[in-house]
Amino acid sequence: MQINDLINHTSEWLKGTGPNSDVVISSRIRLARNLNKFPFPHWASKPQLNAVLDKTSQAMEKVDALKSSTLFVLASLDSIDKQLLVERHLMSIEHTQKTEQKAVLINDEENISVMINEEDHLRIQLMQSGFNLFEAWEIINGIDDALAKLLDYAYLDDFGYLTACPTNTGTGMRGSVMLHLPALVMSRQIERVLAAIAKLSFTTRGLYGEGTQASGNFFQISNQVSLGHSENEIIENINGLIRQIIEQETQAREIMLAKSKEILEDRVGRSLGILKSARIITSQETIELLSMVRLGSDLGMIKDIDRRTINELFIITQPAHLQKLENVKLSSDQRDLKRAELIRKKLNLL
Amino acid sequence: MELNIKMLCDICGKNPATVHLTEIIDEQMNELHLCEDCARNKSAAMEQQFGLSDLLAGMADFEKPSSKEEEVVTVKCPSCGLTYADFKKIGRLGCGDCYNTFRKYLAPLLKRIHGSNQHIGKNPAKIKTSARVYKKKSGLPELKNQLQKAISEEAFEEAARLRDQIKELEAKQEKES
Repeated sequence: MQINDLINHTSEWLKGTGPNSDVVISSRIRLARNLNKFPFPHWASKPQLNAVLDKTSQAMEKVDALKSSTLFVLASLDSIDKQLLVERHLMSIEHTQKTEQKAVLINDEENISVMINEEDHLRIQLMQSGFNLFEAWEIINGIDDALAKLLDYAYLDDFGYLTACPTNTGTGMRGSVMLHLPALVMSRQIERVLAAIAKLSFTTRGLYGEGTQASGNFFQISNQVSLGHSENEIIENINGLIRQIIEQETQAREIMLAKSKEILEDRVGRSLGILKSARIITSQETIELLSMVRLGSDLGMIKDIDRRTINELFIITQPAHLQKLENVKLSSDQRDLKRAELIRKKLNLL
Repeated sequence: MELNIKMLCDICGKNPATVHLTEIIDEQMNELHLCEDCARNKSAAMEQQFGLSDLLAGMADFEKPSSKEEEVVTVKCPSCGLTYADFKKIGRLGCGDCYNTFRKYLAPLLKRIHGSNQHIGKNPAKIKTSARVYKKKSGLPELKNQLQKAISEEAFEEAARLRDQIKELEAKQEKES
């Protein structure tokens, strides 16, 4: 697989299928793992990092679930390629910095990715469409078991899996669910919901993880606590919270439909109108408008545009994707023009 | 709304309301008319976000036993050379052995972060033990996993079936041992 092959592929997290996929975009689990006797990446020498890269990539070659996958060495990718992988949620923004001895393994289905020498030696990630954390856990647990037989993990019976940052110690597990909550945002209930989430020691982040702002009504919710609970308990706790948020969003949508249908239809219609006619559009505005169109589609107000098309637009209008599609480096202004053109083409063809 | 030019802010009651919100609380839809200041305060509440790891260095300070201040600064991990002072500065440990080296400072710190410092999740050593022995035992955790899943999916009939199967298996294992 080449980076260029990714562009024509629909990312797992954007398939728009799976349980509760009208509210839940994707479910993701990542495990942080480190090798015994090797310093954590930030504290390791180049030869040590190279040894970690060799050992882990060789082990991964032997794991059945990772058989059809490709290892990308970060230092050999240009900045657009790296950004493309971030836009597709296959790696973190942090992984694009100081790229020596860093790599990422991506499977053909694009639902598994393993970052090597990020904050920890291994960051194994599994992404599923819809509300599906247990299924994600089953798959990633199997991969982790297979790797544990081949690698000597840094682990202590009392502290669990040892990680560079003590916030990840224990299970090394972070479960995240990406939610689309337009009705809670529009009805101004979202602050209350987010405040409650923070009190329960969960974190809310934006579309692109740590340090990013929530945009276009997308919120990523994940556990903060990784020690003292089993993996199943952590998932069950997230699931309990997510079920409540889904219920509130669904209820808010129903109330809006019942009490202010015209206002909602107007906003959805205007959003679609701008997308179909704009000549210059930023990626931020695109996300916000697509969010409204997605809501309109989920509520049956828009019938001729399916979720997959909307989802596809979310990704191909991102900066690196646009430049890959055009096959040239584009300035921000040029991108805004090309983006508008691409959206018009996709939506007016329907 | 447009005609009501002199509408005052619902929160402070002083300034003219220029921001109009719709709030749904307990299925009741409320119109909220706010002045710019109050609206800003209302939305500022949700923008407060801290990176937890950035706060760690500060938290580590709380765990420092005051009587042994000197020791804390000089203790060095024999495997990787990181000192506790380094950890306080960068918020990251140097290697797995640091957890043993700085155990007495890390145990309370982990408890502060996670509410516990006792791992009860999966254990790689158990996975490594001879595949045959493991396979024999693997039925139970797998069933428990399935049970959790059934409960989460509210598939209660399936859950009840699994619960009975687990009980049966547990009783059997007890007899055997």
